[in-house]
Amino acid sequence: MEIIRHKHQLPNVGKVERTASVAAGVLLIGKGLRNKGWTGTAMALLGAEFLRRGITGNCHSYQALGINTADAEKRAAENGGDSVSVPHGSGIRIDEAITINRSRADVYSFWRDLANIAEFMEYVESVRILGDTDNRMTRWSAKGPGGKCLEWDAEIINEKENELIAWRTLDAAEVANAGSVHFKDGPAGRGTEISLEILYSPPGGSLGAFAAKLFGDDPAARIHSDLKRIKARLEAGVLAGTDGQSKGPKVQGEETAERQIHVDAVSKASEESFPASDAPGFTH
Amino acid sequence: MKAVCWYGKKDVRVENVPEPKLLTKRDAIIKTTLTAICGSDLHLFHGVIPSMQPGDILGHEFMGEVVEVGTEVPNLKKGDRVVVPFCIACGNCFFCQDGMTALCDNSNPNASMAEKVYGSSGAGLFGYSHMFGGYAGGQAQYVRVPFADVGPVKVPDSVSDEQALFLSDIFPTGYMAAENCDIQQGDVIAVWGCGPVGQFAVRSAFLLGAEKVIAIDNVDARLCLAMKGGAEPLNYEAPDFEERLRNATGGRGPDACIDAVGLEAHGTSLDAIYDYAKMAVRLETDRTHALRQAIYACRKGGTVSIPGVYGGLVDKFPLGVAFNKGLTLKMGQTDVHRYLNPLLQLVESRQIDPSFVITDRLALDDAAAGYSTFDTSDGCIKVVLKP
Repeated sequence: MEIIRHKHQLPNVGKVERTASVAAGVLLIGKGLRNKGWTGTAMALLGAEFLRRGITGNCHSYQALGINTADAEKRAAENGGDSVSVPHGSGIRIDEAITINRSRADVYSFWRDLANIAEFMEYVESVRILGDTDNRMTRWSAKGPGGKCLEWDAEIINEKENELIAWRTLDAAEVANAGSVHFKDGPAGRGTEISLEILYSPPGGSLGAFAAKLFGDDPAARIHSDLKRIKARLEAGVLAGTDGQSKGPKVQGEETAERQIHVDAVSKASEESFPASDAPGFTH
Repeated sequence: MKAVCWYGKKDVRVENVPEPKLLTKRDAIIKTTLTAICGSDLHLFHGVIPSMQPGDILGHEFMGEVVEVGTEVPNLKKGDRVVVPFCIACGNCFFCQDGMTALCDNSNPNASMAEKVYGSSGAGLFGYSHMFGGYAGGQAQYVRVPFADVGPVKVPDSVSDEQALFLSDIFPTGYMAAENCDIQQGDVIAVWGCGPVGQFAVRSAFLLGAEKVIAIDNVDARLCLAMKGGAEPLNYEAPDFEERLRNATGGRGPDACIDAVGLEAHGTSLDAIYDYAKMAVRLETDRTHALRQAIYACRKGGTVSIPGVYGGLVDKFPLGVAFNKGLTLKMGQTDVHRYLNPLLQLVESRQIDPSFVITDRLALDDAAAGYSTFDTSDGCIKVVLKP
């Protein structure tokens, strides 16, 4: 997963904010120069950064978080009439690939029936086909961060049988997203390679997604697991699982979510071993 | 039903748990008639395998009678007597179709845990931690067998439970270890560790045409059993161990070496004590003394085959030795499915009787005692449990 950045530092701060930035910069430099010692120097430096941000219209922190208030202003000026789902220079991008041991035609037709896909995406509750002539329009509903219910309409904007499906959400979608999935033969008859690319503006803006990632709700990992379930469904017909199997009685006082604790433990051991090329064999 | 459950380091208990039920249409339920404690179960008993949870049902070596089948298990019916591979395989993915069933893409529901640690995940395993799927194991009166249309094979009446049971793991594991040695006419094979897998490696090496097999251990009972299988015994605690091994192979070194010890190797040399110390403070996860010896001893251009289980990081690994002698290293969990039918035929035609390895026969109720006996008693080589 990556948060979109640009090599060229395009303006990403709106006009109102830029004016405020210049004013704050001048004020801070003035104060800083009057104060002696470290605090004065720090204030002057901070002032200089605010001045730069105001004059160039480019904010480093906004860029790091994928926020763009300049574009938002421009869109507002154009009366909200944006022609793309996720505006240029913002959003979060996920790239995932997986190989499925089935023919390209099988994998494509399974995927093209979007109701199938929804069944294997953990957070998608349902996909309804809106009944247009060639099944291009769909309504999605999903569980968002904090269990919030989200809905949006999407349209397939490009499709080539057994090769490509591309979509984007329609105007004013709560989770604006666009993406494509490419289908390619694996080498020497080794199934079908799927490459999935998703670009989306999460609810609560990029800051929300950044926070979600910080708190472990990693959308790229989620998409990876979704793809693995689709692979298992297409290859094995059933999903491996253990929900409902037998287990010994719990020890008193161990009623907590053990599974999560252990997932975290493995993850922690794995982080600690980084950048060793080998894997750790312990967690406690 | 009764089941052997893990509750922590050196803490296993026989508990009453609900009987398993079918969870998918490719499942079957087996009524266990015989099960065993594996050397790798001792790694769980010692608490060195991550992601175990209190209450997990142990056991991955088991056989029994089919009592219920899902709608997509056409090969089995109620009443069939079957033995079940310890690794769970879908039979449909690239790896399964190429015979590498221990690397199945679809049988580990917790693949993301293994991916974090290993980069990608192998097959799910019965009763062997949540990182390997969290499946309830076979040291129980009943077991749910996923992908039952692929794993279990029927056992003919002429083969007893004690003869068939070890097709689930240790016989194929020893056999694959020997097969990985690519044994040529005249080859001498050295086997480190004469536990159950080592015993089957010794016998498999002869079945595959080895000229001579040298069995290495420090426990007399184990060395004696290997001698019965035709091996020459060698105690690694002998002061001139390395010289003896070299001399026993005309100064060349063994053509192939098998490390049937794995991550908890014992040893008394300086590097072994260093490993104990580092493992104790968790700077290292695996002790590799036996593997180091095998790499040093192996002849130039030879093969080191590793059926012993490793889990994580090793230190002082003599890669330069392996490189400069042009060694081939082969390892991995056993692709049991690939070996079941050919090895069952060897048993049926009386070319081998796998029950030779059993030393202790206990009731499932006495499993806890079985674990500590296997852990501490030199004379104990293989424990089987009867539910």
